Amino acid sequence: MPHISIKAEEVLNLFGFPITNSMILSWIVLVICILIGKYYQSQLKRKHKSSFFYLLNSLFTGIYNFLSSILHEKTKVFFPLLAAYFFYILSNNWFGLMPTVGSLLIRPFEAGRVQANELVTHPSSTKSVEPITTEGHTTADETASEHRKIPFLRANNADLNTTFALALITVSLIQFYGMKYNGVGGYLKKFFNFTSPIMFFVGILELISEVSRILSFSFRLFGNVLAGEVLISIVAFLLPSAASFFLVPFYVLELMAGAIQALVFTMISAVLINMATTKAHH
Amino acid sequence: MDVATMKVLATALSIAIGTIGPAIAIALIGSKAMESIGRNPEAASTIQTNMILAISFAESLAIFALVVALMIKFV
Repeated sequence: MPHISIKAEEVLNLFGFPITNSMILSWIVLVICILIGKYYQSQLKRKHKSSFFYLLNSLFTGIYNFLSSILHEKTKVFFPLLAAYFFYILSNNWFGLMPTVGSLLIRPFEAGRVQANELVTHPSSTKSVEPITTEGHTTADETASEHRKIPFLRANNADLNTTFALALITVSLIQFYGMKYNGVGGYLKKFFNFTSPIMFFVGILELISEVSRILSFSFRLFGNVLAGEVLISIVAFLLPSAASFFLVPFYVLELMAGAIQALVFTMISAVLINMATTKAHH
Repeated sequence: MDVATMKVLATALSIAIGTIGPAIAIALIGSKAMESIGRNPEAASTIQTNMILAISFAESLAIFALVVALMIKFV
């Protein structure tokens, strides 16, 4: 069985600040996203633009038209946020499917240091019986650290921290823009309404659904990406190496699922922002 | 029954029971979408995108069950 870990593993520890393998990939993706953005900006001022610019431009206009079918006249305000969601999640999902991600194994630095310390300290306390037990101890440690080899890179959305952060940003921005467009009192009336007992209980239900959105947002993205990783690693484990080309349809499926999940996250955010910012008709 | 047996059983049952609902939902969405495409073939592309979105909502429930199953198995 391939080793499957639910949480991202710690690659190295910088002064008590853990750097996980999903974080490293997210930095790589972030740098590439920023470089593409800079490139687009520099091309924008030129007279003769490259074909890559037009490819990017067609992507952006496609997303813009898609969002304007949901947000109508408010698209201009929310387009930067929602398009950033889309391209960040999409590139994270697709980078997670690159051949080196998950298959490039390293031994974490921390464990190596601890083991070296033990090797130094144990021979100094030599007694007549001790060496055998310490030797047994170190070999056990070595096999354990052999087992503890972890992937250097991990798909960023297969880490619950990332998706939870994205969900928190979305849900808090929904509250913020709801208050901005409807006024603080007008927005809070949705949750605390004392006009009738039915509206009071509806308000409580609204409050619960608002909190549960954080969970559903984060678990949807996390579960989809993690399920894709597990699916690919299990199928690769089950197939004989001669039949490994059967993995291709699964890869194509995961590429499609990554694009759809990015679209779904963007679309649900757009719908919820639209719902929160439109004036309630009562 | 010991804990290990219960763990394996819980993993299998959580994904097996958890996919029943989403399976019915996806079947309903698909059948309705096919029906409406048959009734109005010009709107096929709009219906298709909306169908895929609705399916991914229903699918996310199955994904929740999968996450729970994975957590029972590996954590």
